[in-house]
Amino acid sequence: MGEREYDAGAYVPPAETEEMELVHPKTFIGKYIWSQDAKVIAIQYGVTATAIGLVALVLSLLMRLQLGFPNAFSLIDPGEYLQYVSMHGMIMVVYLLTAIFLGGFGNYLIPLMCGARDMVFPYLNMLSFWFYFASVLILVAGFFVPGGSMGAGWTLYPPQSISEGTPGSEAGIVVMLLSLAVFIAGFTMGGLNYVVTVLQARTRGMTLMRLPLTIWGIFMATVMALLAFPALFVAALMMLCDRLLGTSFFMPEMLSMGETSDHGGGSPILFQHLFWFFGHPEVYIVALPAFGIVSDLLACHARKNIFGYRMMVWAIVIIGVLSFVVWAHHMYVSGMNPYFGFLFAITTLIIAVPTAIKVYNWVLTLWRGNIRLTVPMLFAIGFIFTFVNGGLSGLFLGNVTVDVPLSDTYFVVGHFHMVMAVAPVLVIFGAIYHWYPKMTGRMLNDTLGKVHFWITFLGTYVIYYPMHFMGLEGVPRRYYAYGETTFISDSVQTLNVVISIAAFIVALAQVLFLINLVWSYYRGRDAGPNPWRATTLEWQTEHTPPRHGNFGESLPLVYRWPYDYSVPGASEDFIPQNVSPEETRWQAEGRQS
Amino acid sequence: MVNANFRNVRLVPALQRMGEDWASDQQTFKQMPWGKVMMWMFLLSDIFIFACFLIGYMTARIASAQHWPNASEVFALHVGGENVPLLLIAIMTFILISSSGTMALAVKYGYEKNRRMTSGLLVLTALLGLSFVGMQAFEWTKLISEGARPWGNPWGAPQFGASFFLITGFHGTHVSFGVLFLIIMAIKVMRGSLDRARPGFLTGRKGSYEMVETLGLYWHFVDLVWVFIFAFFYLW
Repeated sequence: MGEREYDAGAYVPPAETEEMELVHPKTFIGKYIWSQDAKVIAIQYGVTATAIGLVALVLSLLMRLQLGFPNAFSLIDPGEYLQYVSMHGMIMVVYLLTAIFLGGFGNYLIPLMCGARDMVFPYLNMLSFWFYFASVLILVAGFFVPGGSMGAGWTLYPPQSISEGTPGSEAGIVVMLLSLAVFIAGFTMGGLNYVVTVLQARTRGMTLMRLPLTIWGIFMATVMALLAFPALFVAALMMLCDRLLGTSFFMPEMLSMGETSDHGGGSPILFQHLFWFFGHPEVYIVALPAFGIVSDLLACHARKNIFGYRMMVWAIVIIGVLSFVVWAHHMYVSGMNPYFGFLFAITTLIIAVPTAIKVYNWVLTLWRGNIRLTVPMLFAIGFIFTFVNGGLSGLFLGNVTVDVPLSDTYFVVGHFHMVMAVAPVLVIFGAIYHWYPKMTGRMLNDTLGKVHFWITFLGTYVIYYPMHFMGLEGVPRRYYAYGETTFISDSVQTLNVVISIAAFIVALAQVLFLINLVWSYYRGRDAGPNPWRATTLEWQTEHTPPRHGNFGESLPLVYRWPYDYSVPGASEDFIPQNVSPEETRWQAEGRQS
Repeated sequence: MVNANFRNVRLVPALQRMGEDWASDQQTFKQMPWGKVMMWMFLLSDIFIFACFLIGYMTARIASAQHWPNASEVFALHVGGENVPLLLIAIMTFILISSSGTMALAVKYGYEKNRRMTSGLLVLTALLGLSFVGMQAFEWTKLISEGARPWGNPWGAPQFGASFFLITGFHGTHVSFGVLFLIIMAIKVMRGSLDRARPGFLTGRKGSYEMVETLGLYWHFVDLVWVFIFAFFYLW
C-alpha cells in the first residue's frame, strides 16, 4: 500500500457529460449533401473554397497577363483590371483562406483532435456551410450583373467604391456587400460551434494544455473572427444604406462634373477604421491556424516534441489579443491624427515579439531533430522561410516614417503576399498532404508532391521577391499600365515579364496538385491508420477514414500531451496521446526481457 | 486587522488554481450546457456589432458640421395640448425593462418545472416585447410623417435619420426575433416538450429547461443594449 508511484499522467477523471447522440441519416442526400457530419462539412467547405480560390487564381493570371505584356492583349480593359484586382483580393482573403482554415480544417480536426463525436451543434454546422455556399454563389453572381463585379479594391474604400465611375459601382458593390453579410452570418454559426466544441466537448484527459497547437490556433482564430467580423458586418450594412437608401455614413459632399453630390457630411475615415478593425485581425485569423498546423507538422515530421509548448500557446493568445489594437497601421496615409500613427506603430512592433518567439521555437524544434523531408515537412519548412521574409518586410511597413513612402507601392504587395498569402497557402498544402491519408485512406503521390512543392516554393520567390525592389523604386500598385514615367526604370518591365512567366508556371504546378488529389483518391498507395506515426487522436481512430461519430464504442482517454516523439526508453519513437503510462511501461519491459 | 487579512489572500496561487480549473479536461465551464456557452459567445459577438454601430453613430454625430436635432423636441409626444418630451420612449423603456423581470421569473419557474407559470410568463414577456415593437413602429410612423428619412430630415444633420433608423431598426429586429423565439419556447413548455426531452423541430436537439435560461440570456441582452441606445439617442 502506498508503494505505487504517483503518476499524474495515469489519472483519468470520471466523465462529466453524457455522450452526444448523433443523427445517422440513411439516404445519400442526408449523408453527403445536407450532411451534419463535421468531416463531410469540412470537405464541402474545402472543395467550395478551393473552387472559388481557383477563380481568384485565374483572375490573378489575367492581371499578370496585362502587367507582363501590356498592350499585347486587348481582352482586358482598365476597368476590368481593377475588378480583377479587387475580386482576387476579396476571394483569396475571405472566401478561400478564412473558409478553408476555419470551415475546412476547423471542422475536420476540432472534433477529431479534441476527442469529440462531432461538433456540438451539427445542424447549425450544416447551416453554416450552406450559408457559406450561398455567399459564394452571390459572389459569383457579381461577375454577371450589369457593370460587372466590384472594382474598388478589396478594401472597398468609400467614397470611391460607391461613386459613379468606379467599375462595379452600379450593382457589383451591392452584390459584394450582400455576399459578405451572408458569409458573416454563416461563419458565425460555424464559429460558435468551433469555440464551444473546443471549450466544452473535449474527451476525458484532454486538458487545454494537452491540445495540439493546431486546435489552439484554430480556436483563437475563431474567437477573433467572432469579434472582428461584426465590424465588417456593420460597415457593410452602413455602406449598403449609403448606396441604396442615399444615407451618408461614409460619404462626404463631393463635387463632380460641376455638380455637388446628393451625399454629404459622412466620414470615409470611419469606414476605414471599421474595415481595418476587421481587416487586421483577419490577417491573424488566417495566420494563427497556419501557425498551429505548422507546429504540428514540424513536430511530427522532425520526430521531436515542439519546443516551448506553453510559450507557443501563450504566443498564440497574445498575438490574438494584440491584433485587435494594431489596425490603424493600415491607415498611416489616410489622414488620421499623427499621434495615432505613433501609438499604432508601437503596438505593431510589440506584436513582433510573440511572433518571433514562435519562429524561434519552430527552428529550435528542427534543431537536432530526426528530420524527414516528406512533402508536408517541405511545405512546413517553406512556410518558415516565406513567413520570416514577409515578417521582416512587415517591420519596415509598421514604422510610420518608412511606411509613408512605401505605402501603395509594390513593396506592400510583395510584403503581404509573402506573409499572409503564400505562407498560409504553403501550410494549407502541407496540411492537405499531411491529412489527406486520414481523409481518404490513401497517400498522395510523393513525386508529384515534391515537384509541386519546389515549383510553388521557388516560384513564389521569383514572383514576390522582385516586387520589393519595384516598390523601393516607387512603382505604384493597382495600376493597369505605367506608360512613360521618369522614375520607373526600364528594368521594371523586364521584372514584370519574369514575374508573369513565373506566375504562369506556378499556376500550372497547382494543376499537378489537383491531378494528384484526384488520381490518389483512386490509385494512391494504401495509407493505413497512421502513416506518419503521429501522436494526435485523429490518427488513432478505429476506421480510416473515420466514420460518423469519429471513434469506436467509447471515446479515447487522453494521458499525455500531443508531442511525445522520440521519448527516451520508449519502444517506438512516438507515443499516441491515448496510450497510458502503464502500457508504455509494459512495452519497455517487454523489450528488455 | 484588515491589512493582515488582505496579505493572507494569496492572489497568485488562487489565480493559478482558477486557471487550472479552466484548463482542466472535458469542460472549461463546468456543468454549463453547450447551448448556454454558445449563447454567451454569440452575445459577445453581438456586443461588438452594437458597439460598432454606436461608435459609428457617435463618430457621425461628432463629425457632423450641421446642427444635430434636439432629442427632447424630436421625440416629444403631443399630449393634452402640450409637448411632453421623451414620454413614449420612457414608456417603451419601462416596458422592455419590465419584460426582463417577467423573463427572469419564467426562468425561475422553469427550473421548478412549473409548466403553467413558465409558459404564462413567457407569453407575457412576448406580449411586452411585442408592445415595445408596436410602439417603435408607431414612433417610426410619426417621425416619417413629420418628414424624417434615412437620407435627410427637417431638423438638421441627415446622419440623424440614417443612424436612428438603422440602429433602432437593427435593435427592433433583435426584439422581434426574440418575441418569435419566446412564443416557440412557450409552446414547447406548454405541451411538455422540455419535460419529456422531446427532440426539437429540425435540429433534433432534446428539450430541457436550460433552454429557457439560454433564451433569457438573449432577452436580457436585447434589453441591456436598449439601455445604451436609449442613452445615446434620447438623452445625449
